[in-house]
Amino acid sequence: MELIAFYILAAIVTVSAVCVIAAKNPVHSVLWLILTFFTSAGLMVLIGAEFLAMLLVVVYVGAVAVLFLFVVMMLDVDFVELKQGFLSYLPFGALMGIAFIAEIALATFARGTAANSFNPYPGAENNAEAIGQVMYTDYLLLFQMSGLILLVAMIGAIVLTLRHRPHVKRQSVAHQTARRRKDAIRRIDVKSGEGL
Amino acid sequence: MDISINHFLAVSAVLFTVGVVGIFVNRKNIIVILMALELILLSVNINLVAFSVFSGTITGQIFAMLVLTVAAAEAAVGLAILVVYFRNRGDIAVESVDLMKG
Repeated sequence: MELIAFYILAAIVTVSAVCVIAAKNPVHSVLWLILTFFTSAGLMVLIGAEFLAMLLVVVYVGAVAVLFLFVVMMLDVDFVELKQGFLSYLPFGALMGIAFIAEIALATFARGTAANSFNPYPGAENNAEAIGQVMYTDYLLLFQMSGLILLVAMIGAIVLTLRHRPHVKRQSVAHQTARRRKDAIRRIDVKSGEGL
Repeated sequence: MDISINHFLAVSAVLFTVGVVGIFVNRKNIIVILMALELILLSVNINLVAFSVFSGTITGQIFAMLVLTVAAAEAAVGLAILVVYFRNRGDIAVESVDLMKG
């Protein structure tokens, strides 16, 4: 039963990954990418790595894929022209692919079958607990560093894309709070019958 | 026959290869190149999780999480660079990126 589910999910992953790189329209590519991520999350659930699977859905589908979608739809590019040369690059790409898969297969079969003790959450009640037990103790430094990487990436992305346009009215908080009563209010004696 | 680690390694190998081939065949379209990179990182994650589960140590899943972090950061910065490049030049053709080559 599990094996059948595995083969179905694996087939979907493979087909959708091929569609990601073969789709004519990049929007379709992103949608296939989302399907790939979802199905990979399913594969991870199948072997009991639920936490990573949920993380995959949240981070990839919720953030990365949406980011891709935004950028693809924002850029006004002639995508048909970009697709030119797909067929001329295909033989070389296929050659590289065959070389890669052959190398990996060679390495796998030369090594033989790996140890096969199925244990998704050693020493804990569930997967998230097992991860939590080591993530905040043994791997605290790595955890902090990944947070730092995200911070740097966020600042970098903002700095790269922020632009100051002139002629756009903005609120200046310092200017606002530095304003005093005498700068803002004038008393004018209006004589009757004359107006200002 | 149950699911073994080799099943997952096979899926991961196929995914990795599709990613590499995707970089080669979409040489003009940098958005799809970035997506192919995401596929490669996904295959790495599947590998790490499979080894973690089938060897009974949780460490691999921690590392998969770190790979996930780096992938998210890389996508954000890469797409930001792409947006700035498009704003400056009006297209995203990969061939014209070698502008500064002497």
